[in-house]
Amino acid sequence: MSTTVLPPADTSEPRPSAFAEHSPLRRLLSWEGAITALLIFAVLVASFGVEGFADSFNLANAQLDIVEIAILSLTLTLLVVIGEIDLSIASNLGMCSALMGVLWNGGLSIETIIPITILVGALAGALNGFLVTFVGLPSLAVTIGTLALYRGLAYVLLGDKAVADFPVSYTTWPSKTLGSLPIPYPTVLVIVLAIVVGVILHATPVGRSLYAIGSNKEAARFAGIRVKRITFWLFVASGAFAGLAAIIYTLRFSSARADNANGLELTVVAAVLLGGVSIFGGRGTLPGVLVAVLLVGVLRNALILDDVESETLMLVTGGLLIISVLAPNAVTWGRERWRLRRLAQKAASTS
Amino acid sequence: MLLRARRATALSAALVAVTLAAAACGGTTKDSNEDTAAGPASSASANPDAPLKEGLKIAFLPKQVNNPYFTVADKGGEKAVKEFKGEYKEVGPSDASASSQVQYINTLTQQGQDGICVSANDANAVVPALTQARQRGVKVVTFDSDAAKAGRDAFVNQADPEALGRTEVQLLAKQIGEKGKIAILSATPNATNQNAWIEFMKDELKKYPGMQLVKVAYGNDDDQKSFQETQGLLQAYPDLKGIISPTTVGIAAAARYLSSSPYKGKVALTGLGTPNQMRQYVKDGTVKEFELWDPAKLGYLCAYAAAALSSGQITGAEGEKFKAGELGEYTIGKDGAILLGPPQVFDAKNIDQFNF
Repeated sequence: MSTTVLPPADTSEPRPSAFAEHSPLRRLLSWEGAITALLIFAVLVASFGVEGFADSFNLANAQLDIVEIAILSLTLTLLVVIGEIDLSIASNLGMCSALMGVLWNGGLSIETIIPITILVGALAGALNGFLVTFVGLPSLAVTIGTLALYRGLAYVLLGDKAVADFPVSYTTWPSKTLGSLPIPYPTVLVIVLAIVVGVILHATPVGRSLYAIGSNKEAARFAGIRVKRITFWLFVASGAFAGLAAIIYTLRFSSARADNANGLELTVVAAVLLGGVSIFGGRGTLPGVLVAVLLVGVLRNALILDDVESETLMLVTGGLLIISVLAPNAVTWGRERWRLRRLAQKAASTS
Repeated sequence: MLLRARRATALSAALVAVTLAAAACGGTTKDSNEDTAAGPASSASANPDAPLKEGLKIAFLPKQVNNPYFTVADKGGEKAVKEFKGEYKEVGPSDASASSQVQYINTLTQQGQDGICVSANDANAVVPALTQARQRGVKVVTFDSDAAKAGRDAFVNQADPEALGRTEVQLLAKQIGEKGKIAILSATPNATNQNAWIEFMKDELKKYPGMQLVKVAYGNDDDQKSFQETQGLLQAYPDLKGIISPTTVGIAAAARYLSSSPYKGKVALTGLGTPNQMRQYVKDGTVKEFELWDPAKLGYLCAYAAAALSSGQITGAEGEKFKAGELGEYTIGKDGAILLGPPQVFDAKNIDQFNF
């Protein structure tokens, strides 16, 4: 990665909008361009350097390994863009998974369990949304709280037991592929959801208002954007997506457990930030996040296939996270220094 | 505003309606669920005279890497793989959650391993990946913690519940001269393992009319709780002669209490523990003998089972026999289970030979 990599529109000069710049060169130099290049580089290295990587069996499995991360990252992107965060997503997933086990043991049909699970996930999201928007608590504090709460409820529901006797016709669904292509069904679902969320974020007035909220909440409110309403419903959507991810996770492993997806929220946050979404809100694109999710998946898969130890694996994920948070700030800091020096020089020459 | 609120209400109502409609329609339920997972049938026949192949790639996949117990077990596996001139490796996740092993199973399959020795974090979560592995010719042997039958060719079982339960009573009987009040300090009241062992203990106690079981206490596999329960037992029964604790957490906590109390050396303690936890209590005389299986032998046997499967000596069917190096000959039991053997008893003389 070169040092000229810039996050989108991270400029100290006032500009109307990051999206006014569509020149190919700018795009190449953008954060999204840089991590896309990194992804292509990683795929090339893995294809030629790691035996068995570019095999359809492996590629299909590698996609399945990031399905839940991808689903959760879609709504988390929207939340981070408006300057909020949801750390309870993986706990919500665990709770929904435990619930599926309880409902299945209770004799309900899978067809009934699926909508109920999504509904309960959405309700858990609504609680987050309520506490953030109507009670006015910071989302970081609220969702750290519900992270513990939902995981606790998961254990209340199912204890340390596992429910595993889901019907085979459903548990084999996630690993089925589109014909002979190495594309499992859940990937198709992710693509459809990504298009919907991507269109909302990048091609609708609602999407533009999300950036406005993230840039300046007060200004957005005065501009007539219903900040609270939008925030609330984004948390609901985040919860519903956690419920959906729980269904795929549970059926994929044929195992409903309270500890399912333990700690996954950190990987999702890492992917969203690595994708170029600013943790302070107002900045970032969905394609960037999706590329980052793929990059995380490719790195994990290739490293494991190459017998790299799991500690190194954590080091790589952690390293990427630190880079993704540090790099944009470092660039901003550097530019600011440069601008100040220019100003000082100008002042010196004019006096 | 009113209109929007109405829209939200309508949306919620629609969602609930869809849910209820789906609920009414019925569909696939637990009761109607007839299809059960079936693994690839082993159509090959066993040739007990086939030589062990050289250069077999055998991979160990513990519940968690860097866990001392599995490090010892996997080292045992490595020793076996070296003996039959194979390629050994150990891979695994750093956390022991249900799904964390699946990615590793997939990559081991992709790498074309001949055999995988796996201790399953979740009996079912690993099955789809293991089934794929077996379809691609990988032999799968579980050890320590079994996977559902569809996912593996054989299971190396560390201990027979009956042998564990009975020998613990025998160890204590020897230590207290077959006379006096005894208690059991278990994990949780609903721990399946422990309860099975306790049933066999009660049955074995019938052979010792001088010994009287006064209480089964539960320490919930929590160090503090187990410590307090031990204290409580000795206050309630000052003439207690011995305690059996069939849990590694319980026995260590009980030993810690006894070693600093006036009961040290007067109340016998035995059960299941690891040598590293119990070393100091054996050396200071609090505990004479306790037992557990030897994880190194467990890994060793697992590697030989995987090699015998890969070489076609066995298919995993009941009654087949194979040789496991220095451990001698083993016979496959019901459901592909291979029993390691009697538990290992640790005392002051041999405890320093073990490190786990």
